[in-house]
Amino acid sequence: MSIEVLLFIIFNGLLYGMFLFMLSSGLTLIFGMMGILNFAHASFFMIGAYLGYQISLYSNFWIAIFFAPIIVGYMGAMVEKYGLRNIHKYGHIAELLFTFGLFYIIEELVQMIWGKTPVSYKVPELLNFPLIQISGMDYPAYSIFRLVLSILIFLAIYRVLSKTKTGLIIKASLTNPEIVAALGHNVPRVFSNVFGFGCGLAGLAGVMAGNVIGTEPSMALLLGPIVFVVVVTGGLGSIKGALVASLIIGMMQTAAVSLELNLNNAFQYLGFNVDVNSILNHFTSITISQLSPIVPYLLLIIILIARPRGLFGKRDV
Amino acid sequence: MYSLKKNYKLILYFFLIFTLLFLPFLFTSSFALTLFCKMGVLIIFSVAYNMLLGQTGLLSFGHAIYFGLAGYASIHFLSGINNNYFPSLPIFILPFIGAFIGLALGFVIGYLSTKRVGTAFAMISLGFCELVTALTLIFVVFFNGEDGIQADRVTGNNYFGLTYGPQNEVYYLILFWCIFSVLIMYLLTRTPFGRMCNAVRDNQQRAEFVGYDVRKIRWMAFSLSAMFAGAAGSLHAINYEHIGFESVSLAQSGMVLFMAYIGGVGNFLGPILGAISLTYLDTMLSDMTEAWVLYFGIIFVIVIAYAPQGLAGLILMHDPIIRNKPSLLKKLAIPYVFFGISILLLVVGFTSLIELIHSLKSNHSVLKVYWIEISNQNFLIWIMFILLTILGILACKRSYTQTKTVWDEVIEDIKLGFIK
Repeated sequence: MSIEVLLFIIFNGLLYGMFLFMLSSGLTLIFGMMGILNFAHASFFMIGAYLGYQISLYSNFWIAIFFAPIIVGYMGAMVEKYGLRNIHKYGHIAELLFTFGLFYIIEELVQMIWGKTPVSYKVPELLNFPLIQISGMDYPAYSIFRLVLSILIFLAIYRVLSKTKTGLIIKASLTNPEIVAALGHNVPRVFSNVFGFGCGLAGLAGVMAGNVIGTEPSMALLLGPIVFVVVVTGGLGSIKGALVASLIIGMMQTAAVSLELNLNNAFQYLGFNVDVNSILNHFTSITISQLSPIVPYLLLIIILIARPRGLFGKRDV
Repeated sequence: MYSLKKNYKLILYFFLIFTLLFLPFLFTSSFALTLFCKMGVLIIFSVAYNMLLGQTGLLSFGHAIYFGLAGYASIHFLSGINNNYFPSLPIFILPFIGAFIGLALGFVIGYLSTKRVGTAFAMISLGFCELVTALTLIFVVFFNGEDGIQADRVTGNNYFGLTYGPQNEVYYLILFWCIFSVLIMYLLTRTPFGRMCNAVRDNQQRAEFVGYDVRKIRWMAFSLSAMFAGAAGSLHAINYEHIGFESVSLAQSGMVLFMAYIGGVGNFLGPILGAISLTYLDTMLSDMTEAWVLYFGIIFVIVIAYAPQGLAGLILMHDPIIRNKPSLLKKLAIPYVFFGISILLLVVGFTSLIELIHSLKSNHSVLKVYWIEISNQNFLIWIMFILLTILGILACKRSYTQTKTVWDEVIEDIKLGFIK
């Protein structure tokens, strides 16, 4: 493997990984704190993308990137306050089912408002020029902007959680909600705010990524399960874990996509050939890049069975 | 008299089976028959699913794997008969093969996933679902990608003179399998194994203290549930003579989850009720409106929030009243009528609004809601339906409180009857 391919994998993996981090860091907090595995998290991401498109139609991208996450976050907080809080008494499975229903509802509503076909959400003109070139590929300034912004957001969350009083209360509510409530903090409100904040982060990821990966009603379904992979792999409530897991998954998938190797190559290396017309060839000719969609799910299953607390988690899922 | 009272359930079931046998003569249209066939398949599937969700307390997002993969296998066997590889294989026993495949898959995947419970189990099942869906698109030789596979069911030897050409022969095949497997699943709930499933669901630690290996019980329940799902998938493949990747996907798993949950997971009959009503709604609504998935989602969320025991739970709630003091039902009648009217108001208002919004996306300005043609250009129409929706919400809130008060009174009355 040449150094250029390696560089390509590392840089693209970094871009994709940081995108995954933005998408799933909110859910890590929500899941770690409330035990709610929000199935509709990727739906909030989708709403963010569509709102980003709609607002930038009326004004510009910079206003969209500021306001759309706030609106999405507010929606998330409302869902927690009027929906999930009432269902809490039926247990986590009911909450999971509620968000599963919400996922369907949001997808249908988005289709109803913006149609079934992708909308033309464009990268802002200001940043739409090639900035750097790595192994023959041009990277527009916009991807660098996304990368920098997501790193900044990681640093900000990490700092808030580890250095401020707010972070202390959040972390305490994560492990011991009753005692935090006894100390006079409004724990349900903390929950609501964290839920809203998490959804807002997903919304921000949507505004930033919708114009790159395409804004369409099926984007939530495509990305939803991958969010769970990141959350589970990283560990409950661990923002550091989410970052590491995102980067690992990002690198693994980019690496898998760019490897056009299959079992036939391995057999050839060992000195015998598979007949092109045999049934066996149908299996041995499948390349690693074709198998790349299954990589995250395989990781999800293995982690949950072998190490349910993930990389940095302190307790099991 | 006593024996009649004791056996009334049995008589009821015989009557039911008798009706089902004559259904193709009552509803002769091919539309109705297709609908019945679909219902039969989904009844098996959702009762099998409820073995896991309702009886063992395991939420699976990947139960379509066993349904779909058994369907794929059955289609391959069917085309094997078509191509004279095994011409004497009767189509009648294909569901056995499907069930075996479901069992084998459930045995392996169940071994891995029943190590965990609750959310972690649900996530593992989701992971497997996505994995298998991705694989169906990768292994083209077996699954034929997005097109799926077709085969002809009018083939091979005609045992008992059955060709499975006419839809009503397929109906009887599905009916037989439906009654057979639902009966077995019902009997399973009455065995010690079925009871232990409930115990594992309700209190894992106590079940462990009794001396049972809870994981083994979950594993067994998982495998058996997958087995019946496999039989259903096989019938699905015979019924449509086609199977595609969507039948292993999350959408199919979600559908069976909706059916079982809306019908009611707490009762054995719940999923049957759910499968019948949702299949009917699915078929009727998908012709009339584009937003039917939205309505499904909303019904599902409302059931979770307000009626976690589902439709069956709502009906069975009245069981103590009927058994102890049926006269009290009269007291409930009036609030129920009002509640029903308020729900109707809300439904009419809300669905019309949704349809109006939907029509904005299409080029037609005139649309039909509830047999009335309206124009989405008319401002007054919008106001009218918005008002109707608000009125419906208010009426629902009010009549809900009223109904609840009367309900509490009635229950209190019955409790007093016990004390006396």
